[in-house]
This record gives sequence, C-alpha cells and structure tokens, in this order.
Amino acid sequence: MANTYIQIGSTVTVGSGGAATIDFTSIPATYTDLVVKISGRTTEAANFTTLSLTFNGNTSANYSRKMIQGYNSSVASSGGSSETSLNLGYINGNNSTASTFGNMEVYVPNYTSANNKSVSIDAAQEINQATQAVLWLNAGLWAQTTAINQITLTPAGGNLAQYSTATLYGILKS
Amino acid sequence: MATAIEVNCATGEVTERELTAAEIEQREVDAAAYAVRKVEEDAAAQAAADAKASGQAKLAALGLTTDEIAALSK
Repeated sequence: MANTYIQIGSTVTVGSGGAATIDFTSIPATYTDLVVKISGRTTEAANFTTLSLTFNGNTSANYSRKMIQGYNSSVASSGGSSETSLNLGYINGNNSTASTFGNMEVYVPNYTSANNKSVSIDAAQEINQATQAVLWLNAGLWAQTTAINQITLTPAGGNLAQYSTATLYGILKS
Repeated sequence: MATAIEVNCATGEVTERELTAAEIEQREVDAAAYAVRKVEEDAAAQAAADAKASGQAKLAALGLTTDEIAALSK
C-alpha cells in the first residue's frame, strides 16, 4: 500500500498573463504511482470548461474514459474512446463567480509499467450556489505501454487563468 | 500570445515559453473535438434530467406522495 507523497518539481501557479498549458517534463521513474492535484480556472467566457491531460506529448487517439457526472440535480454517465487527450473534468470559466476554481486529483498507478495505463480522476467544481454542485468521477485509460515521463494539462477553451495551480507528487510503496 | 509553463522535474527548472506552431494547431483540433463532445455530454445530462422528471411525474400519477417518490429516488 502506497503511503508517501513526495512533491516532484515545483508547484505551478499561473501568473497574470495566463497559460495555455502546464507541462511537467522529465518525470523520474523512481516512484510507484503519480498524483497530480489541480486547482484550475480558465479565461473562456463560460461557466465551465474541461481540462484535458496528455502523457508524453502523445496526441494520437490512445485515450478513453468512462465517467459519472453529477450535474446540479441529475446524474449522468458517458464515456469516450479513441480520443486524443484524456478529459479530466470541469474547471471554472470566466463567467463563474470570481476567484472560484475547479479542483481535481488525478491518480496514475504504476506509471512506469509496460502495461496500458489506467488513471482515476475525481473533480469537483466550486460554483458558489446553495443547492447545486458539479462532480465528475472518471476512469481513464492511456493505451500505451511506455513509461510516463511527461504530463501536460490543457484547458479545452481559453487559457488557464491567474492563480490556477498544479502540483505533481510521486508515491512510493511502503 | 499563448504560453506554456514547463516544469523540468529532473532539474527543477520552471520556464515559460510561447507555444509552437504544432502546439497551436493541436490546440485548435482539441477545441473542435471538445465542442462536439460537450454537445453530447450536455445532451446526456439533459436526457437524464428529463427521464427523472418524467418518472417522478408518472409515480405521482400513480398516487405516490412526494416523500415516497424522494425515497425511491435515493
């Protein structure tokens, strides 16, 4: 059972100019699992937009997912296959309440294995309403057997807004 | 100009650079795919909400109380 979190590299905090992507490169192969914690908001004129992830700069149709979405008072499920990135969940857009963010955790077990890579994601959007909430639980797959050495985060619309953050952790087995 | 923030996990160096032409092109492809996907997901969410409302209306027509319908919906 993995029981340690060791931060890899620096926490990224987006500056006033925004950022199109956040890119963790040269990830060492010395851990068992990886975790990315994200607090994000985009400059897109929308209530929310999705944040996507790619591994190793791979934008071929190697990503698939199954997702449960709690959206206001309803629950829905959906999925996708042969996608060019892994859709993680919603982050807040520029039309949402100021200084609110979408938060998510991405867990990548056995990221150096020679198997296809499974990913679990939970994401909740901070929407500042009394009775509504947006939640994603997502099971992702990257159908590639190479070790993961790069993680890139990109919003579907706009740029990542100021004060968005991303932190990468390595997990060691005990 | 759109920029990328890169964290080199081997050196700890953090750099900010402009996107390459290839990255900009990929970004446009992804945005188009997202637009399609969002329509599908919004439709799925709306369909679920509509089905829930329809089911609750039918239960009410059968004589179930609001509390009974809420209990069945949990």
